Amino acid sequence: MGEPRRLILILVVALLIFLPPLLTSYWVGLLTQMMIFAILAMSLDILLGYTGLPSLGHAGFFGVAAYTVAVMSTAYHASFWACVVGGIVVGTLLGVAFGLLVSHVRGVYFLMITLALGMVLWGLSYRWIPVTGGDNGISGIPRLEAHAGLPMTGPIPFYYVTLLVFIACSVLLAVFVSSPFGFTLRGIRENESRMKSLGFNTWLHCYLSYVIAAAFASVAGVVWAYYNGFVSPTYLDLTASSELFLMVTLGGPGTLAGPVLGAGAIVLLKNVISAYTQRWLLILGTIYIVTILGAPQGLWNLRQRHTSRVH
Amino acid sequence: MRGHQPVYVLFVLLVIGSLVAGQTVARRSAEGPIKIGFLAPLSGPYVQNGRDILNGFLLYLEEIGSQAAGRRIEVIIEDDEAVPAVGLTKARKLVERDKVHVMAGGLLASTGYALAPYIDSMHIPMVFPVISSDDLTQRRPAKWIVRTGWSSSQSSHAFGEYAYRNLKLRKVATIALDYSFGWESVGGFQRTFEAEGGAIAQKIWCPVSVHDFAPYLAQISRDVDAVYALFLGRSALQFMKQYEEYGLKQRVPLIGSGTITDEHVLPFMGDEALGVITPLHYSAALNTPANRTFVAAYRARYKKLPSYYAESMYTGGKWLVAAIEAVRGNVENSETLLDALRKVKLADLPRGPLELDDYGSPIENVYIRKVERVNGDLQNTVIETIPSVSQFWKYNPADYLRRPLYSRSESRN
Repeated sequence: MGEPRRLILILVVALLIFLPPLLTSYWVGLLTQMMIFAILAMSLDILLGYTGLPSLGHAGFFGVAAYTVAVMSTAYHASFWACVVGGIVVGTLLGVAFGLLVSHVRGVYFLMITLALGMVLWGLSYRWIPVTGGDNGISGIPRLEAHAGLPMTGPIPFYYVTLLVFIACSVLLAVFVSSPFGFTLRGIRENESRMKSLGFNTWLHCYLSYVIAAAFASVAGVVWAYYNGFVSPTYLDLTASSELFLMVTLGGPGTLAGPVLGAGAIVLLKNVISAYTQRWLLILGTIYIVTILGAPQGLWNLRQRHTSRVH
Repeated sequence: MRGHQPVYVLFVLLVIGSLVAGQTVARRSAEGPIKIGFLAPLSGPYVQNGRDILNGFLLYLEEIGSQAAGRRIEVIIEDDEAVPAVGLTKARKLVERDKVHVMAGGLLASTGYALAPYIDSMHIPMVFPVISSDDLTQRRPAKWIVRTGWSSSQSSHAFGEYAYRNLKLRKVATIALDYSFGWESVGGFQRTFEAEGGAIAQKIWCPVSVHDFAPYLAQISRDVDAVYALFLGRSALQFMKQYEEYGLKQRVPLIGSGTITDEHVLPFMGDEALGVITPLHYSAALNTPANRTFVAAYRARYKKLPSYYAESMYTGGKWLVAAIEAVRGNVENSETLLDALRKVKLADLPRGPLELDDYGSPIENVYIRKVERVNGDLQNTVIETIPSVSQFWKYNPADYLRRPLYSRSESRN
């Protein structure tokens, strides 16, 4: 079963590398979006799928990192690397602080506290007008190519930068989840009290997993700020967080490929269906329901179980 | 597990299907019609406003048979959900996938600010029939945006002076939605009203999502000559009702932004709206031949009164077509199209004459309207016309631009 999966992986990476020059800029843009959201969905999956902590405020880190880039690059004209590092550091530090508040609780309480913290961040972006511009958001973030001093401009170079970040994040996360630390997280998900009695500091593991998830979400936020050239409170509201949640559950929590699949499918459906009908939300809703009913473990897990049964 | 397979297959088919369908649409867009991309909220809380904008546009296109300069006009409609982020995504789709030649639409100021940098980077002209954010044609001008609507403080500048001189008001409290349209409109009113010698006694801001006005109405000082209110849509209906229920209507007269009594809400109001005085660059009750024709056609087609939103894109459509005729249908050259869009000058519009200033913002009449009941229906009767009002009112543009944009934190004096 390892062979076909590796084949698929190689095929997908090859497609991602060689296909874009043949596509129109619109599709290159969509692919870029998919990869950014894939990074974000994978980061949430660390919490949701691997550690068993359902976070409803995860878009907050994404948004805060994006806002940091926006504020630094427009109001302070900071350099490219300062913006990138600033965005990631601020997002991660926020995870460090919030983690202290949320890592003590589990289950529905975790859900509620993360939801509340997410709303606080949203409220801050909406009301802290001198810094965030409130409802208007911040526009005029420089283009990545120009800001980083790349010799080329356009959607294609940006695409490859994102691809590089995406591959780097995927590899790091894959190493992370298959490390002893990652296995401990899975142990906590399955039975926390048993892990405790085995001598694991489960609180510390949950806390670190929260911080790491925040860090990867921040990376996605930084790339997104450059891609979009614009940030507004809608990127960190409850809708954004729950959409992210759906990407992970739709694709398959507890795997890395699942969230990527989920993120890709939702970005695609959102952009493509809405071009044909104004009732696209209805269609998206139906797809969610059908998937949850038909594949409660997510699309990727469904596929995986098929192959394992055949072999 | 076998039972799950159809779900998976269905899902994959849907994704592939949408991909294929997407590609065929892209291929169809080779030569031929003039493509106009249209954006407005067609779902969510602002659907009524968005529909009105679209209706006005479609009405005009029907009148001219969707032809301009001998070429067919094709409109591609997208729903921006009144969310700036979605608006930007849809604009990308219109420009990069549908390859539109020109765009039009938009409702919220925040959407306008979000779109501006993108439009400028893609060199696609866009007509803003409604979005009124002051700075789009002031301190942060966007080259490729042509505004045919108004700027937020434009009519309230005129109204501030009128309120002091003609309505003889001296002390006013304001209550408004807490976002840029509110800040800029109230700021404009405050500036000219105070310049005349009036005083703004208090400023109350309500969140955009406000549902109940009780806590805000309780704060209003009874010791003022009038209350200036700014709301739209559902919040306007709710505010007017509660303002009367709290017994304020009889004690303190109500004035405000044109949107509180605009025809998108007026038919749903009762006597609580009577006597409210507001400024706007349009009124469905405007008694000119051009407007009477427009109102009749609109009523016949959509069975309701045109709001200023409906008029906005009727005019916007006319504006676009005038520019397309001026470049003889050569919309592929976006530079000349933009030039033409800036040079259009129309006189026989429902709202009256319209031209753009050097900054790309409209110079147009501002009408002071008073809600009256005529033949059983409420209408915005025009009681005064202030001709050719620019976004800078009577100020020198250079001096005006040195001041910061009106904001929520504007001091009371």
